[in-house]
Amino acid sequence: MAENNTLVRVQGLKMYFPIMRGVLLRRAVGYVKAVDGISFDVKRGETFGLVGESGCGKTTTGRVILQLYRATEGVVEFDGNDLTQLRGEELRQLRPRMQMIFQDPYASLNPRMTVSELISEPMLIHTRMTRQERDKAVREMLELVGLNPKFERRYPHEFSGGQRQRVGFARALALNPQFIVCDEPISALDVSVQAQIVNLLEDLQEKFGLTYLFIAHDLSMVRHIATRVAVMYLGKIMELAPRNELYEDPLHPYTQALLSAVPVPDPAVEENRRRIILEGDVPSPSAPPPGCVFHTRCPIAIDICREVIPEWRQVLPNHHVACHRVDVTSGGKVA
Amino acid sequence: MSPKVLDVRDLVTRFYTPEGVVHAVNGVTFDLNEGETLGIVGESGCGKSVTMLSMLRLIPEPPGKIERGKADFLGRDLLQLTRDEIRYVRGAQIAMIFQDPMTSLNPVMTIGKQVAEPMVEHLGMTEAQARDRSIELLGMVGIPNAKERLGDYPHQFSGGMRQRVMIATALSCNPQILIADEPTTALDVTIQAQIIDLVKELRDRLGMAVIWITHDLGIIAGLAERVVVMYAGYIVEHAAVKELYANPRHPYTIGLLGALPRVDGRHSRRLTNIVGRPPDLLQEPAYCPFAPRCPYADRGWLENPLLREVGPDHQIACWENVSKGVLKEEVAVRG
Repeated sequence: MAENNTLVRVQGLKMYFPIMRGVLLRRAVGYVKAVDGISFDVKRGETFGLVGESGCGKTTTGRVILQLYRATEGVVEFDGNDLTQLRGEELRQLRPRMQMIFQDPYASLNPRMTVSELISEPMLIHTRMTRQERDKAVREMLELVGLNPKFERRYPHEFSGGQRQRVGFARALALNPQFIVCDEPISALDVSVQAQIVNLLEDLQEKFGLTYLFIAHDLSMVRHIATRVAVMYLGKIMELAPRNELYEDPLHPYTQALLSAVPVPDPAVEENRRRIILEGDVPSPSAPPPGCVFHTRCPIAIDICREVIPEWRQVLPNHHVACHRVDVTSGGKVA
Repeated sequence: MSPKVLDVRDLVTRFYTPEGVVHAVNGVTFDLNEGETLGIVGESGCGKSVTMLSMLRLIPEPPGKIERGKADFLGRDLLQLTRDEIRYVRGAQIAMIFQDPMTSLNPVMTIGKQVAEPMVEHLGMTEAQARDRSIELLGMVGIPNAKERLGDYPHQFSGGMRQRVMIATALSCNPQILIADEPTTALDVTIQAQIIDLVKELRDRLGMAVIWITHDLGIIAGLAERVVVMYAGYIVEHAAVKELYANPRHPYTIGLLGALPRVDGRHSRRLTNIVGRPPDLLQEPAYCPFAPRCPYADRGWLENPLLREVGPDHQIACWENVSKGVLKEEVAVRG
């Protein structure tokens, strides 16, 4: 059973996509292990940051949680209900309470629907609101996300990227959800617009007590918005800790390298920064390396890392890490 | 002071489209010293790429037209060169690398051929000489087993590796200037760090000047010596890198820096909202192009300010005299 302050609990989640070969006798010749056994909790009212580079499985994780893909293995509990066991109507009943905001504001809105239709569609499907009630709600929603209610008859192409993302928010908020998966909601936007959108996310959270799963590759923005942060690499979580702890005292060598690679907009700081440059590229998730998946690029890998999968363990209060080289006894530092 | 390799004066480029005249570049002036790295920063549509493309005469004419200006490169005006002359400059003297190496490499040509091509074309090397030099260049940019990979096609390389191939091609004729147009935007942060490191190392080793175009103020902080900030086709601020970050003077630059969260978390505060969005370039603004978004605009509503000196190595295009501390709160109130 989930604790009371836990809204979403993910346990041992796996999502494998089969690689199919053959025309007549189609069969799986292998699997892309997009998500490979991850566990974490999202607490009520928090912003849980999920970061990692492209192909690490962060987007898949968000989609599996919302049951847009059905998990290969593992548990996804939402407010005590195991979503992976629910089907059809049971799942549909819960859907209004969990929503998603997508990365690409140009692709995630139907170009043939007006803003009013887009925002009222979820209400039409999930509620018994009348036409008048829906129209009123649409105008309220537009106001809420900072758009002029007079725009309700316009089509998505008439808006800029930032405005479209606001329409996406209004649509996600239309059913008064508790939990929103934000999948790279700002990465397609210009810097000055990113700040507007992040501020809006923060305001909405405060106003409605929303819980966010914030998926992003922009580590600076995640530090700004998240309360706790998990770092993914090749389908696995490498490290999970409260925000400041993770950014100021990262324990996993991947987190350390990742953070050191992010440029800081301050020449005085940049001058004295030491970068850990990782060699090579991320291996393919269809053939992840044995042992620790990071060992092929890890600057401190030893023999055990190449053979044994590191255990997911808590090394400090609320600070989890999957690495053989992190020593619990020395306060979590690398042995 | 090192001699100038490039001196661009009052460059104006417009596009004559069915919708009207797009004022893409509106009188841009800057120079570049030997071995120097100049950062050009701005959001999408600010004219940073069009400025470079105009200089190299790579904009399609029509609809584009370079209305006026000059671009002195080693004593010759690039805008007055014949087709063959500018072709040689582009191939051998000023090289450019782009954001997306997948679309700027030829997908049906082996990378060996692509790296060798400019050397055969512009340096009069034989195929065999160019091949040997290609292996050297690919090794220099960090392609493992360069010799074996000459026969591979671009799709057989990862994004980071393709960008390395682009760089090898760009450097094949020892250019005096390398123009990097957002070369790391499509890459993951650890790969971005590799590429930036590589360009810095090659720049220092080969003594070339670099123009690095980006929307990311973070990258520029650790890379450039001087920075130009562009907005709506104008240069709005121009300063030495440390001066710009420590003491930004144009309200737009101040806003941009305030809109950026930092991975080292020095500023835990609300992000600056720059209200609105960049102007429509179809109209030639009679007033300051930033006025509609600027909390200070006063005289800016009447007249478009020219770049003026506000300190050593520091110019802004703004009538007002604002500094960082004051503006932050004002903008926050408005936002």
